[in-house]
Amino acid sequence: MTDTLEADFERTIEHHDRIEPRDWMPERYRATLVRQIAQHAHSEIIGMQPEGNWLTRAPSLRRKAILLAKVQDEAGHGLYLYSACETLGVTRGELTDKLIAGRQKYSSIFNYPTVTYADVGTIGWLVDGAAICNQVPLCRTSYGPYGRAMIRICKEESFHQRQGFELLMTMMSGTDEQRAMVQESVDRFWWPALMMFGPPDADSPNTAQSMTWGIKRDTNDDLRQKFVDMSVPQAAVLGVTLPDPALAWNDQRGHYDFGQPDWAEFAAVVAGSGPCNAQRIAHRKRAHDEGAWVRDAATAFARQEASL
Amino acid sequence: MSVQPEWPLYEIFVRGKRGLNHVHVGSLHAADDEMALRHARDVYTRRNEGVSIWAVRADLVVASIPDEKDPLFATACDNVYRHTTFYAIPDFGPHM
Repeated sequence: MTDTLEADFERTIEHHDRIEPRDWMPERYRATLVRQIAQHAHSEIIGMQPEGNWLTRAPSLRRKAILLAKVQDEAGHGLYLYSACETLGVTRGELTDKLIAGRQKYSSIFNYPTVTYADVGTIGWLVDGAAICNQVPLCRTSYGPYGRAMIRICKEESFHQRQGFELLMTMMSGTDEQRAMVQESVDRFWWPALMMFGPPDADSPNTAQSMTWGIKRDTNDDLRQKFVDMSVPQAAVLGVTLPDPALAWNDQRGHYDFGQPDWAEFAAVVAGSGPCNAQRIAHRKRAHDEGAWVRDAATAFARQEASL
Repeated sequence: MSVQPEWPLYEIFVRGKRGLNHVHVGSLHAADDEMALRHARDVYTRRNEGVSIWAVRADLVVASIPDEKDPLFATACDNVYRHTTFYAIPDFGPHM
């Protein structure tokens, strides 16, 4: 019986067709998806914090409205992804508990602080730009609900990237002090942004299997290259310097050569000792705990309504 | 940690504009029907994606079983005379 089910599954993957929630799937395929989608959902939810840091201090009402909309989008993206993940048989409560207990990860980038307002722009430009590189191929991922969530997310991410770029352009046309603030922010975020694509292919144990299953469509290094090629001309338009002395156009390859991020730092941040890991989780836990009475009240109200 | 029972799951359908069907867009949890609609508005229609929302309790959806799809849909393939391509009409004939 399992043989024919497995053959069905393999055939669906081979035809680049989609696997849907109630289809039979190998346990490891399910586990890999839960890990990846949960990590992705958690990243959206934790990702609200670095930018949320500037909500009350945005320099104008216009900028505040934009930032609010963006942070609200991140919450929405988290919800799309949590529901996609739940179709694999895990519960929302389980996912939240695992995030808070540190048993599921989120993107290392959100463990870096946002110390100046320019960081809001840099996150939009570089961090959301990197996210788009990662996410566009995921619209064609083999698991239906994940792909559909990614399509919705990608539509909204391009707004995020544009608002960041526009913010930085505005600052770059301001005072010397503002320009210096943008450059300093780009200097801090460039390397962590490159790390968002994950370890080099040679050190990425899950990539090969994920690609066979059609969960991932491109390798970490290919996506990183794509991101660098995209960002260099954008940096030139902005008038900022990317902090990599090895960055140079390679005519033979038709791509930019670039240096490697500090992979020891990446490993340390993933392992929990980044600048903000403890703060991010503590904040998420506090928000969850302090929201308990709201959830309880809504549940009690629904029960009372139902009994009338 | 949280021993709280989960709120029921709702499947959300959105009508993009007048004249179109409601289309499934995703799901969400809510304590009751009214909250499901409010959350659906916030989660799935932040950018004019819809003019109407249906929220349906997921446990009330009746669905076919994926493993039985072959016998269930077999006749649709067997009855070739249901398809336009079954009927040969000469190319010089009327367009239909």
